[in-house]
Amino acid sequence: MSDTSKTVQPDPGSEHQNTVAPSDDPTAAPVTVVDPRLLIRDEGLKGYVTEFKRKVKGGELGSLPVVIGLIVIWTIFQLQNDRFLSADNLSNISYYMSATGMLAIGLVFVLLLGEIDLSVGSVSGLASTVFAVFVVTHGMNGWLALFLAVLTGIGIGALQGWFFARIGVPAFVVTLAGFLGWNGLMLWLLGTSGTINIPADQGPIKLLGQSSFFMDQAIIGAYLLAALGVLSMLVGSFGEQRRRKAAGVPFRPTSEILLRVGALAVASFAAAAVLNNASGVSNALVIFLAALVIVDFVLRRTTYGRKVFAVGGGIEAARRAGINVPMVRITVFAISGGFAAIGGMFFAGQTASATLNAGGGNTLMLAIAAAVIGGTSLFGGRGTVWSALLGMLVIQSIQTGLDLLNMNTSIQYMITGAVLLGAVVIDSVSRKSQKAAGRA
Amino acid sequence: MVHVSATPVLALRGVSKRFGAVQALTDVELEVHPGEVVALVGDNGAGKSTLVKTIAGVHPIDEGVIEWEGKPVSINRPHDAQGLGVATVYQDLALCDNLDVVGNLYLGRELLHRGVIDEVSMEKNARELLSTLSIRIPSVRIPIASLSGGQRQVVAIARALIGDPKVVILDEPTAALGVEQTAQVLDLVERLRERNLGVILISHNMADVKAVADTVHVLRLGKNNGSFPVKTTSHEEIIAAITGATDNAVTRRAGRRDAEAAK
Repeated sequence: MSDTSKTVQPDPGSEHQNTVAPSDDPTAAPVTVVDPRLLIRDEGLKGYVTEFKRKVKGGELGSLPVVIGLIVIWTIFQLQNDRFLSADNLSNISYYMSATGMLAIGLVFVLLLGEIDLSVGSVSGLASTVFAVFVVTHGMNGWLALFLAVLTGIGIGALQGWFFARIGVPAFVVTLAGFLGWNGLMLWLLGTSGTINIPADQGPIKLLGQSSFFMDQAIIGAYLLAALGVLSMLVGSFGEQRRRKAAGVPFRPTSEILLRVGALAVASFAAAAVLNNASGVSNALVIFLAALVIVDFVLRRTTYGRKVFAVGGGIEAARRAGINVPMVRITVFAISGGFAAIGGMFFAGQTASATLNAGGGNTLMLAIAAAVIGGTSLFGGRGTVWSALLGMLVIQSIQTGLDLLNMNTSIQYMITGAVLLGAVVIDSVSRKSQKAAGRA
Repeated sequence: MVHVSATPVLALRGVSKRFGAVQALTDVELEVHPGEVVALVGDNGAGKSTLVKTIAGVHPIDEGVIEWEGKPVSINRPHDAQGLGVATVYQDLALCDNLDVVGNLYLGRELLHRGVIDEVSMEKNARELLSTLSIRIPSVRIPIASLSGGQRQVVAIARALIGDPKVVILDEPTAALGVEQTAQVLDLVERLRERNLGVILISHNMADVKAVADTVHVLRLGKNNGSFPVKTTSHEEIIAAITGATDNAVTRRAGRRDAEAAK
């Protein structure tokens, strides 16, 4: 034990790196001799700035690259075309990002394991075709068909996960085979016609269509959603603060909670106002946001989510802790397949059809890029599902902006490729500096 | 020497283990009392790891009896050993780099509050545990990746204590550690003894053994080769028991140095 330990109060972590300012700490010992190596945050704004600098230096970039990237992208496109930041265009971005965003949510799970799922694009296309075949060819109820299509995605994911977890085939090979194979199955199902048009006036396709809005475009709808989000964060944060106070562990100071809630309130009410200026909040976006909230809860607050992080952080450690590693892997790939299928429904809703192109092209690249740009590491164990939202904002802004500028597909592909590479470079570099700073 | 109660918490009576043609353990006897640190020493291949794995339930024994608090028990799976109250800390640490200290301490047995992970209770208990063990780490919410080797080792040992075990097995806990970190781990071993736990310490490092152990059990070629109270036994006697001869490389070297010093 170090010399200091003999004189110090045996309180291992009273100076939490980002939850407490010393004076707020109810458990602080009367005489605290502080080990200079401990991480302590100064009180107030200065403390935030110091901690922020330390984190950035240590490679913990968080959502910083995304925010900077988004500002740069929006500025560039706005200068090129002044319709880019119009309410209608931003509303378009919010609608179209939901579909690929669903794929990105599933990919976050897989990336947390340190693996990759290359089949999500093909699975989404196949799911939309399965749905179309059931509804149009067999005249099935839309919701039942949706259920079966999503089940197909889950089954495909579980199968791929089984090959990976039980047989030991590298995940990228299994899913690369899936990428081709499921696309082939989709083409076979579509047959010679190549396109199946789905009635857009009923069932899931109506719900996910472009003209379907939360509370039928009522102005209050968007603000209701924003208020709901802000209120639940407020209640949640103060509830946690109260519980932590009662238990005598470090808690977030009230000022920090108010600052965070305030930031969310500004962002969400601004977004609501912009969307109301267009036509309101699309139902697709509402479902996307709801999925994010649910998945975030599962990943952070349930034992299953903890298992996913544990397997991503150290397989041997997870195994010794009694975690069934193959089961976690199979379920994660099943979740990825399920979200890919849901994303496929969104694609079908956009065009009210199942087409040869569904889930093809650069869909896969965009979904991976979104998850990685948002801050989920390709190396496993680090990330949040909110990266799917932030990343999709960036990706969809680029897509929409390029469309607005009438860029060719050739240019779009090159730019998408470059963006994906850039995101992975940032991830790799930040991981390197995290290692250098002893944080990876 | 600390006070040692009469009934051993764990006793091995005539334990044998065979892997195919290899007789790994033959008639091994071992007793661990509450509040006693038993060092298990022996050369490479002497059967230390096998013995520990039989106690931990990785390898079921072929012959002999394992007694737990005086009653014979059968340990066939790691689960059985954990159920009795045996916690094992392996040489290569089983910690997840990306999870914080609290997450690692409770990995696989998270506390739940209405079906949701109860971070508050876990953090509170973790802080209490670490502070009773006088473990100093920067924060319980820091990822394991940020900790030094010694800090990781003490977290790994603390993790073993979460399940409230009665016997803790430490497999070469100081093998990869520096001077200060080793001292920290040895301090921790002493604190385990103060909590009246039985500790089995595997080590190649005689200095560590002399520093914390109460009893040294020597294994040689899968058999008992002596059990010594540490206080009254010399370094050379233990080495002799490990190598199986009073005339060995270590004693020759010591003799040579004594002779040179005498000149």
